[in-house]
Amino acid sequence: MSFELVIFLVTAAIALTGGVGMIVARNTVHSALFLLLNFFAIAVLFLLLHSPFLFAIQLTIYAGAIMVLFLFVVMLLGVESIEDRTKDRLAGQLWLSVVLTLILMVQAITITLLAEPVESQAHNTALLDQLADPALIGAKLFTTYLLPFQITGVILLVGIVGVVVLHQRAHLYGPLSETEREFAAQYVAERATSGQPAEPAS
Amino acid sequence: MVETSYYILLSASLFTLGILGVLVRRNAIVVFMSVELMLNAANLAFVAFARQQGNIDGQVLVFFVITVAAAEVAVGLALLVTIFRNKQTADVDAISQLHG
Repeated sequence: MSFELVIFLVTAAIALTGGVGMIVARNTVHSALFLLLNFFAIAVLFLLLHSPFLFAIQLTIYAGAIMVLFLFVVMLLGVESIEDRTKDRLAGQLWLSVVLTLILMVQAITITLLAEPVESQAHNTALLDQLADPALIGAKLFTTYLLPFQITGVILLVGIVGVVVLHQRAHLYGPLSETEREFAAQYVAERATSGQPAEPAS
Repeated sequence: MVETSYYILLSASLFTLGILGVLVRRNAIVVFMSVELMLNAANLAFVAFARQQGNIDGQVLVFFVITVAAAEVAVGLALLVTIFRNKQTADVDAISQLHG
């Protein structure tokens, strides 16, 4: 067994552990950390596949930015708690989904194992080392894939605008009118005199 | 050198794990994480096939997938925060207002 195969097997085992752990963990923070483990393992696999650029991108974007977003939201909302499975809307859905997913997995594995071998460049180390240069990806991005690249920029812009709009509800409905403001002040004043605390606006 | 089919087997396993997570978990944030797992599995297959073909296009596509995934996570989590503000829960079963 070659050294590379050993590294692959160990990394694959770590990636699968991360995936299973993410689903099984009851605490959402633990799920996020298992997912982080999986991202790291995939990054190492990218390195094994002669793509150091994607290794760096995987670590900075996925393991860095996206995981921070996830952990930030989990801790902001305080949803680390255990799920309530007692009031499941679809009884038996759990086991049905496990069985169907297992069938899908067996199918995918069988198809991969039955596939006809095709001509592979994977042993051509000289070519792969040449292709590992990030400058080639940059050249492709700005020539062949220029239009998709621009569309990706627009998608990111839409993402930014969407997030800002979602977090600024007041701007969606405009500022409060004079009558609304009077009504609110009156409501708070009534609550204050009757001794009940004013309910927070939802 | 590790065979491409090994990478595809791992990718398929990770993808089905992601599907299982989406189907089984009720916490919307974990459902999101499972989607990320599926995207990662697809990325792995892309890079493995790019190596097999001796072609760099697969790596460029992974770059696009990662960028779109970042935008998707940002918007998705913003939606989740908004839902949580209104419903005080991240349970996907509780968000059923359109249910007849």
